[in-house]
Amino acid sequence: MLIDILITSLINGSTYALLAIGFSLIFGVARIVNIAHTAFYMVAAYCIYFTTYRLGFNPLSAMITGIVFVSILGLIVYKIFIAPIREHEQAVLIGTIALAIALQEIMMLIFTGDYLSVPALIKGYATILGVKVFYQQLITFASVLVVLGLMRLFLMHTKLGLAIRATAQDREVANLMGMNESRVAMMAVVISVGLAGATGAIIVPLTTVEPFMWSHPLIMMMAVVVLGGMGSIKGSFYAAFILGFAEAMVVFLIPSGAFLKGAVALSIMILVLVVRPTGLFGVQFEEEG
Amino acid sequence: MNLLRYHLRKLFLILKNEVFVLPSRIVVLLFFLTVLLLPLLYDDPYMMRILILASIFAIFAASWDLLSGFTGQINFGHALFFGVGAYGTAILNLRAGFPPWASIPAGALVAVLAGLLVGLPCLRLRGTYLALTTLAFPIILMGFVFSVPELTGGELGLSGLSRLARSRIANYYIVVITMLVLVTVMWKITDSHMGIIFHAIREDELAVKAAGINTTKYKLIAFSLSGFFAGLAGGLYAHFMRIAGPSTLEISMSFQVVIWSVFGGMVTIWGPVGAVFILFPLLEFFRIWPELRQLMFAIVVMIVLLYMPGGLLPWLRSKIENECPRCKIRNIATRKVCRVCAADLH
Repeated sequence: MLIDILITSLINGSTYALLAIGFSLIFGVARIVNIAHTAFYMVAAYCIYFTTYRLGFNPLSAMITGIVFVSILGLIVYKIFIAPIREHEQAVLIGTIALAIALQEIMMLIFTGDYLSVPALIKGYATILGVKVFYQQLITFASVLVVLGLMRLFLMHTKLGLAIRATAQDREVANLMGMNESRVAMMAVVISVGLAGATGAIIVPLTTVEPFMWSHPLIMMMAVVVLGGMGSIKGSFYAAFILGFAEAMVVFLIPSGAFLKGAVALSIMILVLVVRPTGLFGVQFEEEG
Repeated sequence: MNLLRYHLRKLFLILKNEVFVLPSRIVVLLFFLTVLLLPLLYDDPYMMRILILASIFAIFAASWDLLSGFTGQINFGHALFFGVGAYGTAILNLRAGFPPWASIPAGALVAVLAGLLVGLPCLRLRGTYLALTTLAFPIILMGFVFSVPELTGGELGLSGLSRLARSRIANYYIVVITMLVLVTVMWKITDSHMGIIFHAIREDELAVKAAGINTTKYKLIAFSLSGFFAGLAGGLYAHFMRIAGPSTLEISMSFQVVIWSVFGGMVTIWGPVGAVFILFPLLEFFRIWPELRQLMFAIVVMIVLLYMPGGLLPWLRSKIENECPRCKIRNIATRKVCRVCAADLH
């Protein structure tokens, strides 16, 4: 039981962490509240389904194709729809909502609303402390850690990463220091959407693929971002596992837990916010006039 | 008799000097007349149903604008108020036997309580934190709705509420007149002293505090007012559909109201109302291609925003009306000089 809870919470927590970091990134740099973030995660999942079953790719190349495809899609959509209206915060907001609905409907048209599944990279399971742990779960968790580590390396030790952090901290000054703000924003969008795609790719063998799969992760992702504090990757990381653990506890320990899992996790978020209005590790962004 | 003549004359003068001089006011007048007279000329049940639902959602959208547009407290979980209103009304109607005229306001009062309950923890949150946190509230409530099916009917919801009125026409008039009255009240609120404070809180909360105004109080008032109107909309919806189900709390309901308001133009009250009356029938029209319906809707919203990021209706208004640079009175775009101060408009 305890191990079950632990595994579920680690898997869910790592998904939320990856999604939340991508979402934070795009919010921090470009000030876009991207509701369509998890819609890209859904598109990546469908893309992998399509390439494995209809085109016969092997799972690994399907994953890479999925991530690349979603990143390019994100870039195109950003260029066409979001960039021209970036200065209008509210318009961007519902633009991304509309985008999420549009992506959901397109997937619905192409693949219908059926529940689909994708094969695991490696089949079989190991027995740890008497509990079955699928290899796929281990791979998923390991790859999440790898991606998170790479993200940290990228943000802390590359020039572009520095530019992204600088822009997130102060857009105007970063611009004055010679960073091309709109190009940095564009790169942040590509990386963020790529991360969403990667999350989809990593998690897809463990879940069912359906057009509405984006809405629950969306809520949890936002809760994670708020709980951890906006713009704090460390915060997102801890908050993701806290909420993932809370969710798993409720599901396993309370009889009608599946209905309450979102409610309990979100109540925890609100309780924390009452005490700390900027989340666990957050800083309040200065309001920009 | 003289009194009547006086009032008629006054009405005529107001129409001539205040209403017919501006195309936007003529449009509002035509809108009022159309929704009031349409069923007398053409009583198609399908069309009336669409108009009734559009009216209910117009109240809902305007109440979002009152809170999020005017006071700047962006609320991503507005479905909470709608759902609480709907469930409150349904429980009072079914369990306590309240008739609709009592259960709907009582349900709205429950929604006010919800507004205060949500408002209190949210007082310390700002901007995007607030938006993302409010998203959580309807989801939390939905969890409880599912976990106590004895009270709330669980997944199926509560059905079998009493009708608003016996006949379809009466139903229509109850909802539409309520909508017109409530929207006018909301518009008046935003135009009042309190509305100015709401405006100021959105623009610069610190400055309002420095001016000696208790912003906490006004923010809570905004939450409760908005909750009240949204709760009324929810109650009307429950009695009209005769069911209060979990769909009233869904995340898509919260997003829908944001789409309507921003599409129509925020901080106007009339913008969201107009947007509902444009988008809701449009969505019904797209029913010709059932599988493309949502997609077309999303694409229309995206394309309109691409060219009119401030919203559709303010954009239209700025095309047909100009503001006088000297006295700030609006004039029809065809005029060369201001209708009040005769300043040159170009």
